[in-house]
Amino acid sequence: MKLLKSLTAITGLALLAAASNVAAGTLDDVKKKGFVQCGVTTGLAGFSFPDEKGNWTGIDVDTCRAVAAAIFGDAKKVKFSPLTAKERFTALQSGEIDMLSRNTTWTLTRDTSLGLNFAGVNYYDGQGFMVKKELGVKSAKELDGATVCIQAGTTTELNLADYFRSNKMKYTPITFDKSDETVKGFEANRCDMLTSDQSQLYALRIQLADPGSAIVLPEVISKEPLGPVVRQGDDEWFNVVRWALYAMLNAEEMGITSKNVDNMKKSEDPGIRRFMGLEGIKGSGLKLPDEWAYNIVKHVGNYGEVFDRNVGQGSPLKIGRGLNALWSDGGIQYAPPIR
Amino acid sequence: MAVDEKESLAPAKPSLWRDPNARAIVFQVIVLAAVTLFIVFIIKNTLHNMESRGISTGFDFLGNESGFGILQSLIEYNESSTYGRTFFVGLLNTLLVSALGIFFATILGFAIGIARLSRNWLVAKLAMVYIEIFRNIPLLLQIFFWYFAVLRALPGPRQSLNVGDAVFLNNRGLYLPRPVFEDGFGLVLWVLGVAIIATMVMTRWAKRRREASGKVFHTFYASLALLIGLPLLAFLISGAPMSWDVAALKGFNFRGGLGVIPELAALLFALSIYTAAFIAEIVRAGIQGVTHGQTEAARALGLRPTPILHLIIIPQAMRIIIPPLTSQYLNLIKNSSLATAIGYPDLVAVFAGTTLNQTGQAVEVIAMTMAVYLSLSLLTSMFMNWFNARMALVER
Ligand SMILES: N[C@@H](CCC(=O)N[C@@H](CS)C(=O)NCC(=O)O)C(=O)O
Repeated sequence: MKLLKSLTAITGLALLAAASNVAAGTLDDVKKKGFVQCGVTTGLAGFSFPDEKGNWTGIDVDTCRAVAAAIFGDAKKVKFSPLTAKERFTALQSGEIDMLSRNTTWTLTRDTSLGLNFAGVNYYDGQGFMVKKELGVKSAKELDGATVCIQAGTTTELNLADYFRSNKMKYTPITFDKSDETVKGFEANRCDMLTSDQSQLYALRIQLADPGSAIVLPEVISKEPLGPVVRQGDDEWFNVVRWALYAMLNAEEMGITSKNVDNMKKSEDPGIRRFMGLEGIKGSGLKLPDEWAYNIVKHVGNYGEVFDRNVGQGSPLKIGRGLNALWSDGGIQYAPPIR
Repeated sequence: MAVDEKESLAPAKPSLWRDPNARAIVFQVIVLAAVTLFIVFIIKNTLHNMESRGISTGFDFLGNESGFGILQSLIEYNESSTYGRTFFVGLLNTLLVSALGIFFATILGFAIGIARLSRNWLVAKLAMVYIEIFRNIPLLLQIFFWYFAVLRALPGPRQSLNVGDAVFLNNRGLYLPRPVFEDGFGLVLWVLGVAIIATMVMTRWAKRRREASGKVFHTFYASLALLIGLPLLAFLISGAPMSWDVAALKGFNFRGGLGVIPELAALLFALSIYTAAFIAEIVRAGIQGVTHGQTEAARALGLRPTPILHLIIIPQAMRIIIPPLTSQYLNLIKNSSLATAIGYPDLVAVFAGTTLNQTGQAVEVIAMTMAVYLSLSLLTSMFMNWFNARMALVER
């Protein structure tokens, strides 16, 4: 069945590649069909997670919503495709989805050999380890000989191999397709530890039956800049996705929030007026309505708000801003100006 | 009319165009050429378009370092091996679970199929319940069931179930002592080879003699003595050149010994048990397909039940059983790709999974994977067809 599923996706890819020439015009397609088709995880708290009613929430979900809000002035015009790590790139290449927003690490290989482009970074992460408390392990250096649960088709698989190799330690990898299988394997004691991007470890930890039974080790062994991805060769669409993200960052920097955005519209500040689409280039460069940035903040919120309610203090994950604070607050989130 | 008759009377060769044979060949060549051209066109076009979209193509990636670990490998493999090698690691793991699955499913299936026809009410009903249950639950659920049920039931490595400090069972696997062959073990293998040939010769001789004279020679015990006794003797004479590598708990896990991972066990259980239910029905149908008159005629000749089964029923039933059995074998091989759900590193999980994803070369990887399943299926079919031809009734 799995084989069948990937077969259809790949036949689709081959046929599509055989039929049409360049993957251009996603923005026009999206406008025509009236919604954004967005690839997300099969369920990872804080990033993209469906509740019982099928409503998706998460920081990656909000990136898609921001794009929809910029285009349609309506953050609900998004359809989500849950994808495993293995399926995600083929789904984007074959045109099954318009954008991929699925805690995906930006690497040289992915950016240059898959026919895809990363449009920005919505979360700076790094790989960490979660172990059973009862093992009494305090540091990743004590993990020689451990059995590790991981997810197939991730950078995690590669970093893990690198880390153990360079520290001359041995490990046994158990590779699952979906994160809930990975978690089940960990809970059923098939492995001693689970490794993934650190933010995701906190998310997986609260999905455990007994979160107290596991601890996240302090080591961070890699750089995992996560961000939205689009098809290569479609600059128009690339710009829309990238600037939707930048608008959220700029809004936070300027102090524009979903609550005060209507008031701020009356501001005399030229920067804010440009943001609201009242002055300057407005929406014409992006081929979007003039109030595109206003709509993003109004319907989705600024980056700080999105971070806070999904993974920060307003969420069960309670992850600190760390690297993801604005550059002006000691972090590295930095967006070019809207002008 | 008259003209026609004349023509048909004269055996003059028709023009090439009128000759149905020649025409058939011409048409076939045209169709074949068209299909080939079409495929070449598709491939070229796909390659061109993938390139223009910035997707890497070609098979060069097979020589690059893989950089990821694999849970189980029958050949030497580590993170610095190539992607090409991950293909073979995955392929061998698929072959391993398929071969073992076919073996156990066949044994279990035949046993249950025969039990289903038992005159003992309880045995027959139990066999029926087995068939109905396992045939009707989706295989993927059965795989998950065995995997998580087995894992949950077993203790961790530090509390392993332990048989004589040699065999350990825990949720990381079953650890058996691994035989280590030392110099001189070659002799035992040689003797085993000789014993196998001797057994084959003996079986032939016994068959010929039975056909010629009707005298029966029971080859079973003689074969057993040859196959086990002779190598054992050689083993003892050469001074028992073998030792055991027993697994031991080191750090988190057991090291050494021969480990059977729970993923393999669960997948094997599920595949064998599921497929056995279908095979049982095939066996039942095969046996019932042999008319009752055959049994009665054999009884009338004074044959006893066991020879009736061996000499009359089974040879005729096999004729009915083998073709559908072949498709069950093919199903089992293809179903083994569900392995990826529980992390058993088969071809689909390793090569069409991780390798595909890390290199992004979906078209190449999937083409190779499809070619493997196609060849495996064709090879199995070919073997079973050959077997079928051998088992078919030779009518005199
Ligand atoms: N950032 C890494 C890892 C991404 C990843 O797939 N993480 C897992 C965490 S266990 C996940 O999100 N799983 C959710 C799912 O399978 O739907 C990558 O891009 O390769």
